[in-house]
Amino acid sequence: MRTLNGAQIVVESLKAEGVEVIFGYPGGAVLSLYDALYGEEEIKHILTRHEQGAVHAADGYARATGKCGVVFATSGPGATNLVTGIANAYMDSVPLVAITGQVASGLIGKDSFQEADITGITQPITKYSYLVKDVKDLARIMREAFHIATTGRPGPVVVDLPKDIAAAETEFIYPPEVNLPGYKYIYNGITANLTQAVKAVNQAERPVIYAGGGIIAAGAHEELIAFAEKINAPVTTTLMGKGAFPDVHPLALGMPGMHGTAYANYAITDSDLVIGLGVRFDDRVTGRLDMFAPNATIIHVDIDPAEISKNIRADIPLVGNVREVLADLLKEVEPRQHQAWLDKVEQWRRNHPLNYDQDNEVIKPQYVVEQICDITRGEAFIATEVGQNQMWAAQFYQCKYPRRFISSGGLGTMGFGLPAAIGVQLAHPDSVVFNIAGDGSIQMNSQEFATAVQYGLPIKVAILNNHYLGMVRQWQELFYDRRYSYTHMEGGPDFVKLAEAYGAQGMRVERPEDVRPALERAMAAPGTFVIEFIVDEEENVFPMVPAGGAINKMLGGGKR
Amino acid sequence: MKHTLAVLVENRPGVLTRIAGLFARRGYNIESLAVGHTEDPEISRITIVVDGDDRVIEQVTKQLHKLVEVIKLSDITQDQFVDRELVLVKVNADPNTRAEIMQIVDIFRARIVDIGRDSLIIEATGDSGKISAIETSLRPFGLREVVRTGKIAMVRGAKFKNGQG
Repeated sequence: MRTLNGAQIVVESLKAEGVEVIFGYPGGAVLSLYDALYGEEEIKHILTRHEQGAVHAADGYARATGKCGVVFATSGPGATNLVTGIANAYMDSVPLVAITGQVASGLIGKDSFQEADITGITQPITKYSYLVKDVKDLARIMREAFHIATTGRPGPVVVDLPKDIAAAETEFIYPPEVNLPGYKYIYNGITANLTQAVKAVNQAERPVIYAGGGIIAAGAHEELIAFAEKINAPVTTTLMGKGAFPDVHPLALGMPGMHGTAYANYAITDSDLVIGLGVRFDDRVTGRLDMFAPNATIIHVDIDPAEISKNIRADIPLVGNVREVLADLLKEVEPRQHQAWLDKVEQWRRNHPLNYDQDNEVIKPQYVVEQICDITRGEAFIATEVGQNQMWAAQFYQCKYPRRFISSGGLGTMGFGLPAAIGVQLAHPDSVVFNIAGDGSIQMNSQEFATAVQYGLPIKVAILNNHYLGMVRQWQELFYDRRYSYTHMEGGPDFVKLAEAYGAQGMRVERPEDVRPALERAMAAPGTFVIEFIVDEEENVFPMVPAGGAINKMLGGGKR
Repeated sequence: MKHTLAVLVENRPGVLTRIAGLFARRGYNIESLAVGHTEDPEISRITIVVDGDDRVIEQVTKQLHKLVEVIKLSDITQDQFVDRELVLVKVNADPNTRAEIMQIVDIFRARIVDIGRDSLIIEATGDSGKISAIETSLRPFGLREVVRTGKIAMVRGAKFKNGQG
């Protein structure tokens, strides 16, 4: 049995959990932790330029791998800088363990230097949080933290470690199992409702599968494809579920909801059965609740019982891991043909395709996304920022595989994409990673260019520069009488020079014919490469369902 | 409709904040909340009275269930249960009204626990109806302070009610 100090216990626990990469930023309260990391070979620590960058990178890493992301920060400002990233992971159910330094136990509660009550601050945005009070509890807490973060509905857990506890010593025994009497999740709690669900699927004439991030979290994409093909139902995938079903599959409807495809929204509205799989009926998807699939029976599969009937009343709830449930459903349902229904869907697809007009003068942002998709064959890892760039990426990047579309869904965090791309590239060093960005979002964490360059990460950053906070401008145009209040962003920076200042390569593209060659150059470049695309300033994301509207009533739903 | 929830939780610091915080941020209204440890010092029992329609109660219970420290939760509203609340009332009492107040105290089988120069403190236990009745009866004399514990409840019979009923 070994006697270790608290900091060493943390590091040994991380090793026991198989953690290979952590992201973080040192400071006074975590000196012992960083000392324990010194010379450590099994765990790689990535030094970001801001704690927010570290937590988003850990989040991106987790999304791209399915493993638990780990982030270190010091007490006070270090910890509070994690808050946005923790909330982001919470909203999108991403497994994350955040280890924060805390002032020494005796100084807690006295407004000491760099003290913040981070367990209190993060309580509404974590699955659980710990303030370690005794070094003897630390190994157990680490074990529990990873268990809670990664099981059931995944989510972030905070472990707040006072400085004196990190220095205190005890015997290290990593507990082989956890004992949490109040922590329960149902892996497969169906039986009774399965028969009902099977019957509903077998009888449906106009079924729609509505698949979300739960499919990706559960690794259920193969079951999803098999299920959809067996019952021959069209599949709409949410932003979080993008890649769970190949966008190029004949049954794929793309994204539903506010900026979803017209054909996905029409299909949901006209359906007689909605099969919700690992989704939470988010308001960006459902729009007006009483107009969402008004004539449909709703099957809802989710591992979190609290999601059942939270927004939309589920007629047939199935609580459990969506992979297990889908496998059971797949065995029981009859093969179906829905030719008339699929023909109708196909007609909507033909009449109301995703569309934009590319001319020879000015670059359309959608064209850039299409070209990125084309050049990477839909197989790259795409991290997006938030706003128009994100919606165009979701609409026009035809994703083939799960865990390759990395986007802040629930919280909508501007500044997420670049640090997330860093986490993704570290997880997949030999894969192509694109960050699709807007000029507004990229400036929220552009300091992380330095991190990308320091670790030699060949991330490609495509900035769609329209000199506006585009999505806000779009809302102002449509709903605020074109009063563009503080959404015009003049004054730079010169993104090419910014990239170069950090030691990355940068280039600016202003004409449509230069888009493809620029992407080719970026793909061939060995390091971090930033392309600033000067795009149409007032291009909008269509279709669009006005907030709170019925999803079949879209602006710009058809050919414009 | 008011629902009574019996919640068994791990007796750890921060549990109450988590529960109260959950109610606050999701916009559920706590009518009363009483907490104390059980026969097992590791486990505390919280009795929560919450007002809301069936959908609200469904969400409240599901969200409470998700909390890591919540071991068992039951909505005992429809069950046979014994419930009690304790109230302390400081009421104005001059020599002219004192006798009348003491009569009321007798009727409700309450107790006078302190006598001041111009006030009395009365202790009463009972279900919410009785507590409200005593409050109403004493109100005309002038209530100076009222302290209520909130409701605690226990299901009748030998078996503890679990979440499934």
